[in-house]
Amino acid sequence: MAGGIKKFVVGSFDDEAVLFPAVKNVRKAGYKIHDVYTPFPVHGLDHALGLRETSLHTAGFIFAITGTTTALSFMSWVFTKDWPLNIGGKPHFALPAWIPITFELTVLFSAVGMVLTFCYLCQLSPFVKKHHFHARATDDLFVMAVECTDKTNEAELKSFLQNSGAQEINTQVAETGWWIGRYDREQKLYREEKGY
Amino acid sequence: MNHQFELPNNYKKWTWGLIGAGAIAVLYGFIMFHPFAPVAHGHGEHETASNATRFWAVMLQNSVFWLLLVNASMFFICVTTMAMGGWQVALRRVPEAISSVVPILGIVTFLVLMGIIWGGRTDIFHWLDAEAVKNDPILNGKKGFLNPTFFTIWSAISIFMWWFLGRKMRSLSLDSDKNGQMDQPTAKKWIFKNTVWASLYCVFFGLSVASTIPWLWLMSIDAHWYSTMYSWYTFASTFVSGMSLVAIYVVYLKNKGKLEYVTEEHLHDVGKFMFAFSVFWTYLWFSQYMLIWYSNQPEETKYFIERIGTAGKSGPYHFLFFLNLILNFLCPLLILMKRGAKRNWTLLVIMGVLIIFGHWIDFYQMVMPGTVKANPKMTLFELGVPMLFIGLIMWGVGKYLSANSLLMKNHPFLKESMIHHT
Repeated sequence: MAGGIKKFVVGSFDDEAVLFPAVKNVRKAGYKIHDVYTPFPVHGLDHALGLRETSLHTAGFIFAITGTTTALSFMSWVFTKDWPLNIGGKPHFALPAWIPITFELTVLFSAVGMVLTFCYLCQLSPFVKKHHFHARATDDLFVMAVECTDKTNEAELKSFLQNSGAQEINTQVAETGWWIGRYDREQKLYREEKGY
Repeated sequence: MNHQFELPNNYKKWTWGLIGAGAIAVLYGFIMFHPFAPVAHGHGEHETASNATRFWAVMLQNSVFWLLLVNASMFFICVTTMAMGGWQVALRRVPEAISSVVPILGIVTFLVLMGIIWGGRTDIFHWLDAEAVKNDPILNGKKGFLNPTFFTIWSAISIFMWWFLGRKMRSLSLDSDKNGQMDQPTAKKWIFKNTVWASLYCVFFGLSVASTIPWLWLMSIDAHWYSTMYSWYTFASTFVSGMSLVAIYVVYLKNKGKLEYVTEEHLHDVGKFMFAFSVFWTYLWFSQYMLIWYSNQPEETKYFIERIGTAGKSGPYHFLFFLNLILNFLCPLLILMKRGAKRNWTLLVIMGVLIIFGHWIDFYQMVMPGTVKANPKMTLFELGVPMLFIGLIMWGVGKYLSANSLLMKNHPFLKESMIHHT
């Protein structure tokens, strides 16, 4: 599942308070931010990056009604057509008794479905690898990857990031999508990683 | 910006119009329905209920519903205070104003209850009939709780405590306006004082609204029957209506250009309360229904047979019973689910009115089957009486809002509320 190989200028910041104005200025200058990688969720960064509202909740609703439909149709088929049982003299189509199960299946479908959708959107999965722009993005650095188009002046962009307060700046050519691979088989020690 | 609210003429016109229309309805009932005529004896299932029964049933339904509704907004204040919540500060004067109506409706409710109890209305509360209780092992066993003396004392204490503890919370809030910005030690002390009174209110709320009061005022209509869900069910019903009223007033004041610091973020949170407690109400509704349906005991199913009827013959409240579920569950669930809906002023007001109406219907089907039995009426009298209560609420709320600043300008959490966003 390749997203294509592209060239990036990567700037690392060590402070949230520096990152926000930097994001704002880089966007204002017309550069295209590929993504910003942070060690923890940063409140308001999605708005600063100009990302659209997530549609994860719409997916959640669709999974939920799928769960509702599955539960109701399966139970009504079992208890009225496939294997009708007399339970305490109740009617075969015993709707009140099915509501708790319907509710549970609705929640289960939406919860599991949303987790899987979230992982897909974030390109997270077992047996899949992604390029990491900086290993310390999982620890204490805020890493901004700016995409180089054919109009981008790389040297200018680097000095722009420098002025915005980036601690480390480098150029990387990397695959943007995910590919089949395993982190546990192709392990590198942390100190062998770039940026240690 | 000016935080003083001057009541528009339109508001006053509506207030007095509603009070007038409601008063006419009550007076009409008072004169035409002979509420103090002695109760006709004979307890046939299909006897025609007298108009006097109707009068007391309608008064009971409305006074209890509207009193618990306005009381719920003080519960909202106390709960958010105890949780150290800051987001509601920008709009806190609105629930405060609504809760200031508690003494007015409290007195009305108390008069209605006393009229029923000491007027010997055995058609409303069957357990008032001493002769019947003596020969009835179930009612005899409940005699320690269901008797006129305890009913009177506990109702009086409850209404007094809601007023007293609520007034304490309101005066703490109004006092903070008088002095300037609090320094940290003063603010800490003030918050602690608020927390103490709020927790006292919540404890008493648990003892009254969340347990004994609905048993006494409403569940004892069906004195042989009981449900352990009943009080929570009543609480959820009135709390969600109370939050709806808060939303309506907030949008009204925003439309008048007031409540500068209240944004759609705050309204979104109020909307979440309306949505969540609609679902909570349904949870209790369903739990009560399903357990009784499942165990299928005659003494328990009686409650639902009076309302829905049986498989062969549908009861007189069949339509209202399911309308109740559509208005109070399906509509809020499907309409308020989207984030955009909770941020839409117009939609939130429409839903607020719908929810309040829905829960008024809910109380109607809680009171009527046990009192006026199989011949419910929905005439101008039934629709007129609530106008009196809505008018009284509008009058009290308007008075409080125009007498005090709309902003708690010295609340230590005000800034937290101003920058609040979800």
